[in-house]
Amino acid sequence: MADIVRVEGLSKSYKGGFQALKHVDLTIREGEILALLGPNGAGKTTLISCICGITSISAGRVLVAGHDNVTEYRAARSLIGLVPQEINLEPFETVMATVRYSRGLFGKKDNDAYIDEVLRQLSLYDKRDTQVRALSGGMKRRVLIAKALSHEPQILFLDEPTAGVDVSLRKEMWQTVAELQKRGVTIILTTHYIEEAEAMADRIGIISDGQIRLVREKQALMHELGRKVLRIELAQPLTEVPAGLDTYELSLAKDGAELVYTYDVQSDGTGITRLLTALAERGVKVRDIRTEQSSLEDIFVDLVEAEGQA
Amino acid sequence: MNAQMNLRAILAIYRFEMARGLRTITQTLVSPVLSTSLYFIVFGAAIGSRIDEVEGVSYGAFIVPGLIMLSVITQSISNASFGIYFPKFIGSIYEHLSAPASFLEITTGYVLAAATKAFAIGIVILLTAFLFVDLQIDHPLWMLLFLTLTCLSFSLLGFIVGIWATNFEQLQLVPLLLIQPLIFLGGTFYSVDMLPGVWQTISLFNPVVYLVSGFRWSFYSMADVSLGWSLLAIFGFTGICTAIIGWIFKTGWRLRD
Ligand SMILES: Nc1ncnc2c1ncn2[C@@H]1O[C@H](COP(=O)(O)OP(=O)(O)O)[C@@H](O)[C@H]1O
Ligand SMILES: [Mg+2]
Repeated sequence: MADIVRVEGLSKSYKGGFQALKHVDLTIREGEILALLGPNGAGKTTLISCICGITSISAGRVLVAGHDNVTEYRAARSLIGLVPQEINLEPFETVMATVRYSRGLFGKKDNDAYIDEVLRQLSLYDKRDTQVRALSGGMKRRVLIAKALSHEPQILFLDEPTAGVDVSLRKEMWQTVAELQKRGVTIILTTHYIEEAEAMADRIGIISDGQIRLVREKQALMHELGRKVLRIELAQPLTEVPAGLDTYELSLAKDGAELVYTYDVQSDGTGITRLLTALAERGVKVRDIRTEQSSLEDIFVDLVEAEGQA
Repeated sequence: MNAQMNLRAILAIYRFEMARGLRTITQTLVSPVLSTSLYFIVFGAAIGSRIDEVEGVSYGAFIVPGLIMLSVITQSISNASFGIYFPKFIGSIYEHLSAPASFLEITTGYVLAAATKAFAIGIVILLTAFLFVDLQIDHPLWMLLFLTLTCLSFSLLGFIVGIWATNFEQLQLVPLLLIQPLIFLGGTFYSVDMLPGVWQTISLFNPVVYLVSGFRWSFYSMADVSLGWSLLAIFGFTGICTAIIGWIFKTGWRLRD
C-alpha cells in the first residue's frame, strides 16, 4: 500500500512553551484504518490539528499525497475530512445547510444528491431539515461526520469519535467506519479505549507524552506481545484456586464463579487441555469457557506505566 | 494549485451568512429603521424646527446622510464582527482553518455578506427618510459608491474586531467605546465648521468625517472636506484594514494556536 500521509520530524510547541509533540514521524497508508491510542493529553488532537492545518507547526513537515500541507495547503487540505473531538456545530442551522456549507468551503460544486446519500448512510436523512440543536448527542456527532464527508475526502480523521458515546452507538460508529473503509477512505482515528483500537484498526500507533512509542500491524502487535485470557465459568463457585495448580497463572473472578487463566499465545502449547484435565481430576465442574484477547490493554498499560517510571 | 481561487468557498460563506441574516430579518431591519425614525422625529422635527438651515438645507434633511452613515457603520461592524466571532466562539472555526481556502477568500465571504446586509439597511433607512423630509440626491451614483465603500471598509474593521474579541463583552465594547464617539464626532449631526477651531483640527483625524462629508456631498453638493480627500481617506482606511487582516491570517493571531 502506498503512503498517503507522511509526517516527518513534526514538533509542536504551544505559546507559553509547552511542547505537545516531540519529533513525530508517522506514515499513514492508503486505505488503512490507523488507530492512535494514547491517554488524555498525549498529543493526539495536536497531531491531527497539525496535519489538518488548524494548528501551526513548530518544526518538521507534513506531506499529504505528496503535497506539503503548508506550502501546498489547498491540494493537501482538499483531500482531508476532519471530525473534531468536540461537537462544534452551529446550533441554529439545519443539518442539510451545515453539511452543504462544508462542501462549499472545500470548493466543491453543490451536489445535494451526494449529500443525501451521505445523510442516508449515517441515518440522518430524516433529520436533514431539523435544526442541529434539536438533535441528540450521537446524531450531532454523525452530523460532524457528514460534514467531514461532504467534500468526498480520501482521508478521514476521527478524533475520539466514540468518547462519551454509549455502547450501542459505539458499535454503530465502528460499523460506519468499517463501511467507509470499504469505500476506499483512509481512516485515522484517535481513542483512549483500547477495545476500540482492537476492534477497528489495521494498524495501531501508541502515543504518549508527545511521542509515537510504536506503530505496528494490529495482528503483529498482538502476536508479538500478546497474551490471552481463558475464562472458565464454574458450575459451583470456589473460594480459592484449587491446590496443585501453581504452574498455571490462575485467579478467581466473579466471587469465585469464574476461574481466569492467563497464558502466552506464543509459547508452545497453551496448556488449556492439561488445565481442564487437571480441573476435572479435582472434581471442578466446568459450565462454559471462553477466551479473551486482553493483549493490547496490557501493552498499553505497560507502556504508560513504563513511561511513568522513566 | 495555490494560485487558483476557491470561489465556491466565498459563495458558501456568503450564502450561509445571508441565510443567517434572513432568519433574523425582523431584528435586522426593524431595529435600525425604528431608531432612525426616532432620530428623525427628535432631531429632525422637534429640535430641527428650532435650528437654522445649514447652508440652505433644512436641518432635518441635513442629518439624513449622517444618520444613514451612523446605521450603516454600526451595522457593518456588528454584522461582520459577529459573523466571524460566532464560529470562533462555538468552535466551528476549525472548518475554515482546515478548508482549502485562503484568508482572502474567507474574509471576502464574511465581509461581502456583512456589507450587503448593511447596504440593504442603508437603503431602507434612506427610503424611510423620504417619509419624513424632502430629500434631494444630487449625485446618486456617488451616493451609492460612498455607501458601498463605507459598508465594505467598516465590515473589514468589524471582521478584525470579531477576530480580536475573546468574549462577547469585547465584541460589544468596541463599537460602543470606539466607534460611537467617532461617528458622533464625525459630523453626523452637524457640519464640521460649526465646531470650535481646535476641534475642527482634531476632527480631521477622524476617518468618519471624510465618509460623512463625501456622502453628504453626494446629496447636497456641500462638503466639509474635498471629495478627493474623502475618497483617499476611505481607500486608505480600507487598505489598512485589509493589511491588518492579511497579517492576522499569516500569523494566525487569535485564530491558530
Ligand atoms: N491550545 C493549547 N495551548 C497550550 N497547550 C495545549 C493546547 N492544546 C493542547 N495543549 C496541551 O498539549 C497536550 C496535548 O493535548 P492534546 O493534543 O489535546 O492531547 P490528546 O488529544 O491526546 O488528549 C496537553 O498537555 C494539553 O494540555
Ligand atoms: Mg484530544
